[in-house]
Amino acid sequence: MTTLTEAPLASEVLGEPKKRRNLLPYILLAPGVLWLVIFFLIPIITAVSASIQTGSLDMGFKVTWNWANYSSTFSTYNTEVVHSLIYSVACTVICLALGYPLAYFIAFRGGKWKNLLMALVIAPAFTSFLIRTIAWETILSDHGTVVRIMTDLKITNLMDHLGLITGNHVLNSPFSVVFGMVYNFLPFTVLPLYTSLEKIDPRLHEAGRDLYCSGYRTWRYVTWPLSLPGVIAGTLLTFIPAVGDYINAYMLGSPNTQVIGQVIENEALRDVFGYPIASAMGVILTFGTLAIVLAYVKKAGSEDLL
Amino acid sequence: MTKTFDWIKAHTLGFVAILIFIFLIAPNLVMLAFSFNQPANKYNFVWHKFSLNAWKNPCASADMCTSIKLSVTIAVIAMIVATALGTMVAFAMMRYRFKARTFLNVLLFLPMAAPEVTMGITLMTFFYNTTGSNSLGFWTIIIAHVMFSLSYVVVTVKARLAGMDPTLEKAAADLYATPVQTFRRVTLPLVMPGILAAALLSFALSIDDYIITVLTAGNEVTFPMYVYASFQHSVPAQIDVIGSTMLLITLAGIAFAQVPQIIKTRRA
Repeated sequence: MTTLTEAPLASEVLGEPKKRRNLLPYILLAPGVLWLVIFFLIPIITAVSASIQTGSLDMGFKVTWNWANYSSTFSTYNTEVVHSLIYSVACTVICLALGYPLAYFIAFRGGKWKNLLMALVIAPAFTSFLIRTIAWETILSDHGTVVRIMTDLKITNLMDHLGLITGNHVLNSPFSVVFGMVYNFLPFTVLPLYTSLEKIDPRLHEAGRDLYCSGYRTWRYVTWPLSLPGVIAGTLLTFIPAVGDYINAYMLGSPNTQVIGQVIENEALRDVFGYPIASAMGVILTFGTLAIVLAYVKKAGSEDLL
Repeated sequence: MTKTFDWIKAHTLGFVAILIFIFLIAPNLVMLAFSFNQPANKYNFVWHKFSLNAWKNPCASADMCTSIKLSVTIAVIAMIVATALGTMVAFAMMRYRFKARTFLNVLLFLPMAAPEVTMGITLMTFFYNTTGSNSLGFWTIIIAHVMFSLSYVVVTVKARLAGMDPTLEKAAADLYATPVQTFRRVTLPLVMPGILAAALLSFALSIDDYIITVLTAGNEVTFPMYVYASFQHSVPAQIDVIGSTMLLITLAGIAFAQVPQIIKTRRA
């Protein structure tokens, strides 16, 4: 995301005179920009309009400023909205907690294996994530070794008490849904974290030690602030796809763990009457996510990241 | 005693990293193993018996192979279009001045910041309202895939362009190279790794996409859609064969890219 910020133009670096009015950049930009305007921006506007339509196939859909789609989204599907929020926030926090030590290890202890280790983190993303999610179904199944060990160690008991799972069944629970999401989105957290950690000069650590800083204090006052851009980028890249994700909720969850994405797909594909309400939910999700992202970025004090 | 404590302290991070690596790799190993399973029932979830059956007949389900062919076709077309358009945008942004740069930055950022399901549902609504519900199919999937890959291509190619030494182009011009010659002989070869990485990324994004695809697909069934649907009635071992093949191709690619580098550093 940092790459989106302005870099000096080559002509500025070389001190060339400013280019005269030139059509070439507009010709280069036109196809890509038009594609995004027509197939991304306009659809969002259409969706806002579709979300306030009522009608039928025979008479056509008309804009009737029918806000009912919005109010019914919250009244009918508030559980799903709450699930989406809780699961995606939990997933983002856990991804950061796991991703940070991993990225730190690769960046500072990886040595010449750095690139290979990073490749291994990203490699799974190149095979179908649906198939990998099915693999968790095998690993976490009731007959599996993992669940047996967890039962023997009474971990399942503890998790049952916390309401994360039901009885000794790890699958089809809020826990397994978030677990699957963490697995799927961890590379998205690690990649930007690694990029920002890798840039930190290891001599800064030595300087910290020379000044009698403990390992923790060096990390807290030197490494952490310098890695903050990576933390922000990583959490955003994780939270945004996580909030709309419903593959994990569908494959590793149960009807009790439904999220908003599932409802949108169901409504959209149910029949042609479902799509105004699906649009309304899509609009809510888009602007809700955008609001959360902007608030977060503002709070983190790094608008320039965008 | 303090020695043990120090040893533990020094190795905690490594230990944690190894555990996380196991977490990341475990499903891939299970997938590989279960491609050799002969499932006892319709769901390939529980180990039953070793068999090469699935590898010998990867197309036992004809629907699955049709869906793979469709996914690859879509990914290749979307990759070519997105890489071409995205590279052009990246060049314009890094080399020229133009109006509405802020608008362009926002326009490129938003598709990366919008949840997939909202892009899918808004695009589907758009097609419903303009070309009708029957228009959903092959081309609408391609349109959607180019749309969501474009920003990633721009970011990747821009990063490469930003890291390039602009004086090289100046030098070419000083040596009487025409702008076209400079572009072909100097700029393009230098940007090529960025363009290739962008192409690879857009291919990977396209071939694995489920959420946007299902909303824009109409009656077409891509491979991720096949896998998702199969979850409701039967999960054949062939699915794991395809997943394992993709994994092995990726690992081979990594080895191909890494091994010469590692050997070089070892000799040095």
